[in-house]
Amino acid sequence: MYGCSNLMYCISEHAPHSSLQEIMKWNGWGYSDTKFLFNKKGQAEFTGKRYKLSGMIIPALKEWMEGTFGTNMQHKSLATPALTRTAVQPPTLNEAFVEELKSTGVPFSHDAEDRVFRAHGHCLHEIFALREGKVGRVPDLVVWPNCHNDVVKIVELACKHNVCLIPYGGGTSVSSALECPQEETRSIVSVDTSQMNRILWIDEKNLTAHMEAGIVGQDLERLLNESGYCTGHEPDSMEFSSLGGWVATRASGMKKNIYGNIEDLVIHVKMVTPQGVVEKSCQGPRMSTGPDIHHFIMGSEGTLGVVTEVTMKIRPMPEYQKYGSVVFPNFEQGVACLREVARQRCAPASIRLMDNEQFKFGHALKPQVSSMFTSFLEGLKKFYITKFKGFDPDCLCVATLLFEGNREKVLQHEKQVYDIAAKFGGLAAGEDNGQRGYMLTFVIAYLRDLGMDYYVIGESFETSVPWDRVLDICRNVKARIIRECKDKGVQFQPFSTCRVTQTYDAGACVYFYFAFNYRGLSDPVHMFEEVEHAAREEILANGGSLSHHHGVGKLRKAWMRETVSDVGMGMLKSVKDYVDPNNIFGNGNLL
Amino acid sequence: MASSNAYAQRDPMLKKRDDFEDILEERRNSSDLRYALKCYTPALYKGVAPCKSSMLKSMVLQSDQLHYVIQQVSKETGRQTDNVQEEVSAILDEMAHSLQLSTVRFFAFTLSKIFKSLFKSIRVNEEGIQRLQQAIQDHPVVLLPSHRSYMDFLLMSYLLYTYDLTLPVIAAGMDFMGMKFVGEMFRMSGAFFIRRSFGGNKLYWAVFSEYVKTMLKNGFAPVEFFLEGTRSRTSKSLIPKLGLLNIVMDPFLKGEVFDVHVVPVSISYERILEETLYARELLGIPKPKESTSGLFKARKVLSEDYGSIHVYFGQPVSVRSLAEGRVNRCQFNLVPRHIPGRPDEDIHSFVNDSAYKLVRAQEDNMVLKPWVLLASLLLQKQAVGQEQGTALDELTAQAVWLRDLSRQYGAFLHWPDQMTPSEVVSSSLSLHRGLVRTCEGKVQLALEHEGGAVGPQSAAALEEKLLSQAVIVLSCASYRNQALHVFLRPALLASAIHAASSNQKQEVFNSFSFLRNMFSNEFILCPGATVQDFEEACYLLVKTGTLQVTQKEVLVNERGHRTLAFLVSMLDPFLQGYQVVCRFLCEEATETLTEKQFIPAIRKFIIKHLLAGRLRYAEVLSSDLQKNSLAAFLRLGAVEKIKGVDQETLKVNAAMVNSLEDTLGGKLPTQKAVVARL
Repeated sequence: MYGCSNLMYCISEHAPHSSLQEIMKWNGWGYSDTKFLFNKKGQAEFTGKRYKLSGMIIPALKEWMEGTFGTNMQHKSLATPALTRTAVQPPTLNEAFVEELKSTGVPFSHDAEDRVFRAHGHCLHEIFALREGKVGRVPDLVVWPNCHNDVVKIVELACKHNVCLIPYGGGTSVSSALECPQEETRSIVSVDTSQMNRILWIDEKNLTAHMEAGIVGQDLERLLNESGYCTGHEPDSMEFSSLGGWVATRASGMKKNIYGNIEDLVIHVKMVTPQGVVEKSCQGPRMSTGPDIHHFIMGSEGTLGVVTEVTMKIRPMPEYQKYGSVVFPNFEQGVACLREVARQRCAPASIRLMDNEQFKFGHALKPQVSSMFTSFLEGLKKFYITKFKGFDPDCLCVATLLFEGNREKVLQHEKQVYDIAAKFGGLAAGEDNGQRGYMLTFVIAYLRDLGMDYYVIGESFETSVPWDRVLDICRNVKARIIRECKDKGVQFQPFSTCRVTQTYDAGACVYFYFAFNYRGLSDPVHMFEEVEHAAREEILANGGSLSHHHGVGKLRKAWMRETVSDVGMGMLKSVKDYVDPNNIFGNGNLL
Repeated sequence: MASSNAYAQRDPMLKKRDDFEDILEERRNSSDLRYALKCYTPALYKGVAPCKSSMLKSMVLQSDQLHYVIQQVSKETGRQTDNVQEEVSAILDEMAHSLQLSTVRFFAFTLSKIFKSLFKSIRVNEEGIQRLQQAIQDHPVVLLPSHRSYMDFLLMSYLLYTYDLTLPVIAAGMDFMGMKFVGEMFRMSGAFFIRRSFGGNKLYWAVFSEYVKTMLKNGFAPVEFFLEGTRSRTSKSLIPKLGLLNIVMDPFLKGEVFDVHVVPVSISYERILEETLYARELLGIPKPKESTSGLFKARKVLSEDYGSIHVYFGQPVSVRSLAEGRVNRCQFNLVPRHIPGRPDEDIHSFVNDSAYKLVRAQEDNMVLKPWVLLASLLLQKQAVGQEQGTALDELTAQAVWLRDLSRQYGAFLHWPDQMTPSEVVSSSLSLHRGLVRTCEGKVQLALEHEGGAVGPQSAAALEEKLLSQAVIVLSCASYRNQALHVFLRPALLASAIHAASSNQKQEVFNSFSFLRNMFSNEFILCPGATVQDFEEACYLLVKTGTLQVTQKEVLVNERGHRTLAFLVSMLDPFLQGYQVVCRFLCEEATETLTEKQFIPAIRKFIIKHLLAGRLRYAEVLSSDLQKNSLAAFLRLGAVEKIKGVDQETLKVNAAMVNSLEDTLGGKLPTQKAVVARL
């Protein structure tokens, strides 16, 4: 179909169709075959086969939802089932660009579904609009480069024809980073890196691997595992998020205590910018060569160029893994324990502390127990903790743990951590609870879609904060959310909860979740955004950072200046001005 | 009119206030003993169990804040940390309350007896109590009662006990500690004691602020203190002190609590127990040191009728909402919060503005009795020299006129509408028969002693007579002062119109601004709110038909003269007083005048002027006015403190004082350059 002169008849050129797009929802989280629903008996059920929880009945969820949000099974707010193509604006194409693009052989498409799929991340307002069938500005064209050189060609053409490029990896952004700027009049081209998904080499001598940046987390781990290695980088979005995306947002993984965050893992990066390719000349493990240029790239959020190839550290796969959990009488004790663990620098691969609300929420997600015996054991455990140990079920909270490494060392490590926990009143609560906690991490994202079927909207957001402020920030932000919702006329008190998900020497990463029933509100999304804004203000006022790993995008950029100071802002701007003077990478993030 | 909305918000007539209930009524009908032994189970802050005072002490001792300061002091002075620690412990022991329910019950019993014999009623707005109860459960609470009497804090605790609310811990001055037994009783009823001055003592400040913050942050009990710092002897609200307010706002500003709710409480006494005591004190007859035996001598007061008390628990004010858009809390992100630091300029001005707002909230909810209006009228009459008094019916008619005027200005006037005006007037007069005399249907202040001697008298006798008259005048003035906040802004405007050389609006504003600036140590005038106050005054005077205010001019209506004259007379004693102080500074202040000598010297000067008939207002003898005016002159730079060899002396800028005097007297126009434009 080359040389097709009427663009409207030629929707795509070899658009690759092996992509995740086909098995994923267009207006919600994750795989199309996987979701929560209430079956005919009115019981919650998790469909599909992909997860441990898949195919199971979750008996307590309905009651929890009704009790927490005041939802009613009769009052549904279902999504528009399919995209109405007419809702999508016809593409504004730069014909000269498209003509030359064809000659490069790089596949592209301006099919409405392809474009809409790449026009959003997973912010509440983005998903809410899609569910209502509303589509705003979307990319005019999607291209699928197959390798670094393809990207070089695309960027050259874009510069030549003044086309706006928006890099696209896994589409899991929660910072409005993928939203097309409303004011953009040029043709917008989404550069989908999903075809650049190969591991190019593994260097066992230096324990590094070189990958194309479009590779998705779960594929990367699977492929490395086949060779007996792993990166150990496991962000909660790893099923869908890409290596390039991690680099561009300064991602953090659950097991950073062993493997480090993305900035600790990256050895070498190649990025294509309008000024050419930027990369270092060697792979020395550390350099003193002025400010690290990697730090211009990491966190650039697609404003400077496309990350095409990355060399990362790899590790032999852990010999042994063990989950665990600890119940604390209250959140304060839990935080004190985490702080002590950090002080002694003995944090396991992962350690997370949920507050009481989340603990209860986790309980509501327990699948139906299959045997009388397990149910009996559960009851006994509950009795022991609440009656015998005197824990108040409305105060207690739970930490989940994941240990990794050499078996002997894991067991030793485990003992050390449990001993510390005991000093803070913590009781070991078993492997199952721990494992379920981590499994829920992947499943929880699906739950928002269920909520939205019943007038419940919600979001999570994160921050990092010094240790001495952890308790204060948790209390104040949760209280602020509740107060803002009340002031704005939300009838039912919102679900406002948090957990500490990472520990550092000098502080912790805290995740907040909030959700509420929006029945009766005229503009729920706007109200929601106001509450989210207020919550972020509260975070900043309490010494929290603008973001620990989600990034700034467009959602949080209003606070950038006060975050990095005028001069800091100027530094970032001057880099942008040099690297991309014509704002080819015009997604408008960050600055 | 575009600004009509802004006016409407300020319209005092729109204020809605709660009704009152008399709590003594139940006391008169049921057993005090049973009441004192009643089951007391207050609702607690987020269900926090109250904290034993020993536990509280150890929390304070173990705090990061104190650790830091102890280390610092030890480093600076070379003392052992143990030694410093001991000092801290001792300070804490001297300071800490040791609230005991049994003592509270004892007070509940005795105070019931005392209150019933002293007062007709103690009226409380129960809606305010309900709001307070809610606030106590949701947030750490700070109670800010007005301070007119020793009775205030006992009364507050008594009320909270009566309504089954968490008993407050109260910041009290150390002078109480002089009374051994009573001091300990107060301690056991929840008072904690602060030294009056501890300026440079870092350690003391650290212990004190940490003690207060620990109680507040943990929500153990409402913290109560007096924003005015001390009892107002004049019944005018005092310029707020910021120290404690700073401390209680700090936990919010630093994110240690979600919010702090501050509850202004207005306690209005129909008759103040310390009435003449205060007057004497202001006249320089020294205040008796608080002593237990002195308190018992005060038993005489128990046999008199002190009318009723109104206590209004105001709307809880959220510190969070006060700070919204005013304070950037991020400023505390970069230094560990346990390291003490001087508050930044913006924090200081925020706390200062909040303090003024809160004092004004106290003022707004002060209940005024008809007597307050009568006292205002009688004082004005006395000053113009109506020797033979005012006919009762004339006074009644004027009181009714003033009643209506004050209501239009938003006064919280408690005028019994079921009685005829003349009944209201005569019952007020009879309650205050020590201050007024009715003779042959004519009313006047009780200034003359029996058989007021004619003929020549010695200078000392004349002075003594003058002082005893001044006691009556100052006592009366303290009642008039209760209403000052109602008339203050209109009165400033009226005086400005009076003083301005034309009715150009800008000119009047300049004059208003000058007066307001001059008197900002005397009255509660929020800093930086000149334009707002001017607009408010204009609005009130226009609304009541006194003025017409156009774009350019301020015009007095024909029927407005009476109001204007009244308002001008209201402020006149202060205007005259400040001018006399100017005279003194120019004529008598020597190079070696110290601040200590200032009051006795000026008192002598004023007595001379009064006796010579050059000054009409005996109330200028009030040391309060003299101190305030000196503070104003110091602030304006007309007087300077010069550090001498062994003491500070006052250096007078005679030219400036002269020009201030002339401007106050309306002889000089206000300079435009120094004041903001409207």
